Amino acid sequence: MRSTILVAAAFALGVAAARAETPADFEAAFAAEARRADPAFAGFSAARGQQFFGSTHGGDWSCVSCHTKDPSAVGEHVVTGKRIEPLAPAANPKRFSDPASVEKWFKRNCNDVLKRLCTAQEKGDVLAWLMMPGAGGGR
Amino acid sequence: MKTCIRILIVSSAVAVASLTAGPSAAKSRHAPLLPAYVEECGSCHIAFPGRMLDAASWIAVLEGLEQHFGVDASVDAKTLEPIRAYLAGTARSKPTTAGGVPLLRITETRWFRHEHDEVPQRLWQEPDAVKPADCAACHRSAATGSYSEHDLRLPKKGEAK
Repeated sequence: MRSTILVAAAFALGVAAARAETPADFEAAFAAEARRADPAFAGFSAARGQQFFGSTHGGDWSCVSCHTKDPSAVGEHVVTGKRIEPLAPAANPKRFSDPASVEKWFKRNCNDVLKRLCTAQEKGDVLAWLMMPGAGGGR
Repeated sequence: MKTCIRILIVSSAVAVASLTAGPSAAKSRHAPLLPAYVEECGSCHIAFPGRMLDAASWIAVLEGLEQHFGVDASVDAKTLEPIRAYLAGTARSKPTTAGGVPLLRITETRWFRHEHDEVPQRLWQEPDAVKPADCAACHRSAATGSYSEHDLRLPKKGEAK
């Protein structure tokens, strides 16, 4: 009985640990998904990610509207004024560590800016840029 | 073994309760903010306490999260359930409706307008005005759910964002 519970507890811990990921894990997962969508997938581009981040995509907002041009800086929600912690993992270790959170925010914010979900290619490009040392030129 | 499990359950419940209560709960007469609510709803704006809208208004807000004042604030069903219960359980008892229709904007409610009728107009209207949803611009403890007048401080000219 006790050993069953111990095994169950160890398994639960293992699941919890597996859910705490690194930005590189997300990049790998986006790459795998992008490759499935397009066999000619040729990797991510930080430059393309930066351009994507700053574009309004035909709407009113871009990512920059709330997150600023410098992902290592504190942002501010364009409507409510609420403080938004930095996006760059180097400036904010909580970013790109929880799959549920990453999925939620890409869904919400891509719908806000592009009126659609982002592709794995787009997400990977943005992440590549966010992971660049000194991304945004703010430092 | 059963006792073991019972102790585990009780101690986890106590741990959760103490986490939920937070340090300021003791001095506040209001229910503490639900952590899941703060996490899901407090990222883009202050987590407005349940008592600011009535239950019908909250239900209307939660049913429209995919298009929440022009943004996608959707929350998955499993996460939403305790948030719905928290808001229903702490909702304002007096109605926040206009012509029988539930209001969605707290700033449009009768009580909000009454409470803020002495706030100088410049604060809302100047180019660097306070954004009405930014409670914490004046209510310095708003993030914890406390709107006590002790913590109230109007921004000086040019200080507001």
